[in-house]
Amino acid sequence: MLSDNGKRLPETDASGLNFEATELTLGLPGESRVTLDGGARLGSKRGFSETVDLSLGDNIDTNKLGRSQIDAQEAAKSPVSKAQVVGWPPVRGHAKRGKKSCKFVKVAVDGAPYLRKVDLQTYNSYQQLLTSLEDMFSCFTIRNYWNEKKMDQANGIEYVPTYEDKDGDWMLIGDVPWQMFVESCKRLRLMKSTEAVGLGAEAK
Amino acid sequence: MFWGSRKTINMNYFPDEVLEHVFDFITSHKDRNSVSLVCKSWYKIEKYSRQRVFLGNCYSISPERLIARFPGLKSLTLKGKPHFADFNLVPDDWGGFLYPWIKAMGKSRIGLEELKLKRMVVSDESLELLSKSFPNFKSLVLVSCEGFTTDGLAAIAANCRFLRELDLQENEVEDHRGHWLSCFPESCTSLVSLNFACLKGEINLASLERLVTRSPNLKSLRLNRAVPFDTLQRLLIRAPQLVDLGTGSYVNDPSSEAYKKFKAAIQSCNSIRSLSGFLEVAPRCMSAIYPICENLTFLNLSYAAGLQSNELTKLIQHCRKLQRLWILDCIGDKGLGVVASACKELQELRVFPSDPFDAGNAAVTEEGLVLVSAGCPKLNSLLYFCQRMTNAALITVAKNCTNFIRFRLCILDPIKPDPVTNQPLDEGFGAIVRSCKGLKRLSLSGLLTDQVFYYIGMYAKKLEMLSIAFAGDSDKGMLYVLNGCKKLRKLEIRDCPFGDAALLEDMGKYETMRSLWMSTCEVTLGACKMLAKKMPNLNIEIINENEQTESNLDDNQKVDKMYLYRTLVGHREDAPEFVWLL
Repeated sequence: MLSDNGKRLPETDASGLNFEATELTLGLPGESRVTLDGGARLGSKRGFSETVDLSLGDNIDTNKLGRSQIDAQEAAKSPVSKAQVVGWPPVRGHAKRGKKSCKFVKVAVDGAPYLRKVDLQTYNSYQQLLTSLEDMFSCFTIRNYWNEKKMDQANGIEYVPTYEDKDGDWMLIGDVPWQMFVESCKRLRLMKSTEAVGLGAEAK
Repeated sequence: MFWGSRKTINMNYFPDEVLEHVFDFITSHKDRNSVSLVCKSWYKIEKYSRQRVFLGNCYSISPERLIARFPGLKSLTLKGKPHFADFNLVPDDWGGFLYPWIKAMGKSRIGLEELKLKRMVVSDESLELLSKSFPNFKSLVLVSCEGFTTDGLAAIAANCRFLRELDLQENEVEDHRGHWLSCFPESCTSLVSLNFACLKGEINLASLERLVTRSPNLKSLRLNRAVPFDTLQRLLIRAPQLVDLGTGSYVNDPSSEAYKKFKAAIQSCNSIRSLSGFLEVAPRCMSAIYPICENLTFLNLSYAAGLQSNELTKLIQHCRKLQRLWILDCIGDKGLGVVASACKELQELRVFPSDPFDAGNAAVTEEGLVLVSAGCPKLNSLLYFCQRMTNAALITVAKNCTNFIRFRLCILDPIKPDPVTNQPLDEGFGAIVRSCKGLKRLSLSGLLTDQVFYYIGMYAKKLEMLSIAFAGDSDKGMLYVLNGCKKLRKLEIRDCPFGDAALLEDMGKYETMRSLWMSTCEVTLGACKMLAKKMPNLNIEIINENEQTESNLDDNQKVDKMYLYRTLVGHREDAPEFVWLL
């Protein structure tokens, strides 16, 4: 695969092994400008400008051939996305601001063999969340209990969305304001409607 | 008598106590330093009466020499790691340890009352020793420090009987749960300032409430994320005299009882001038704060990720007296326009990136900055993260605001040119330094050639600190700065094509500065060795994270990171393996 500056990158196999250790480079013998922690560092001497089209993609070292590990899709993205230059931008690392905190929670569906994960921060409302869950588990119907309208039915089994909160209790989704829900939700479970007896959410 | 001149005899007619009393009115460090240079007698009087000492670099002098020089020391400020440590450019364990200072001062029975630390490594052991060594200890301020846990805080709480201030700003603290707050004895009623916003763990809420209740002098309270909304409401009822409030979690339901009580409580807090926190925030609850907005002089919403631009502007419109505003870039250019029209007293603006690694999403551009500069003529301090900047905008800003003391611009793509003209940003920054004659601190970004440094050397005569990244074409750039900026104290450079010629041209210059940092530049080991040889009053440190030993490298190798600073005490003894002291 080619990087944006036209240099041939070493092949990576399907499992994503990188061949850094055995790669032939153009660097001077003994000159090692890569930090061992693998953090990308840009060479000086305007080496940066050579890779500016690629710039700030993952793990660039400009004293060697562009050895980016971005795949072709990433390379097509805006050059300045996913900057990996150590220490840039100059923002204090531990100061958690903005969208850096994401809230991934597991989603379990009764009867499904595996779980999924969703980032609650990417939604702004219960409606968005439930729509997304429906897409994810497309063969099931999720019961939207408080307007009692069924969504597209595929196999006739209804599910009630519940969640486990900070205290470890299983709650029905939708009672508290969205933001409060995001804060306190630890994981989601789509419970079979027939099991949700006594929660006031039985199929009517 | 060897005082020949009549003038001197007249001054010495006054007993020492009178001179001391006069010196009491001289508080600035610079002035007191000057006083001590006048004559031996003034030196002596100043020496024994000096109570406050500021050490910008903890390695410039040793604890023992400090104590010998100022035995009456009561208040000490120490700074450790270089500034670029904030951005992960300095490995852990580089240095900056507090312990030797506490040990030495304790042994010499220094009557320490105040300690302010920045970028130091503070162990629990040192906090414990501190708490037991200084019976009159009153104030501990830790900024960007690390190495301690809440156990250390427990020792401070338990043992410092007259503690007035415990102020933790942006530290890395290992949290061993909330018991430290319970360690303040019931007899402790002297607290004026308590800031634990940076702690990540749970807090004993009942202890906190009791502590606040028995602290009638409490003026500043900044809570952490673990303090829920209803506790905040109860605390406000107990401390209506607060001047500075940092909320913890600010999430609630506007129809709840707690929210109604909060609204009532905040109405009586008419002394609040400074507001921060909102570490978690529910936008619908922000209107509860409107009543206190009109008196606010400082508002920090830079952690309030949940607030959108319209919510921010609704709030800010009420803040007519605001002098300092820290905000996230999701406020957008339009939002900054609202700031410009509402906050006519604004002096300091900091706009932080909500998504630092995705420059395309940054919501503010040059337009927002221009609007603020036009609307806020008192603006003198700026930190601005944006996705783009133009020369035209900078020139306009320079015309509108000539009072800048601090101007830090960070274009998220580090070598981005003016997107309209495709030119470097030399002319824009040139306009800033030409127009702002009082500029003391400058951070550059964007595509820049040697020309910008020409301007800086020519016009930035008061500049004390300069931060440069990915800029310049040749040694000439660095030389313009070193030759022209007579007041330069701190110079930090990364990823620039400056090399040996620039480094070695004027070696004496570095003795007039606090420190120089150069990383990923063109400087070779040989040049650093030469500098170290010629300048015994400088420590030249090479930070080398590769697993090479000194003998493997030859002098022509470029050094990865070099940090040099003036010092009176030679090599430090606590340097780790990866730091070579030349």
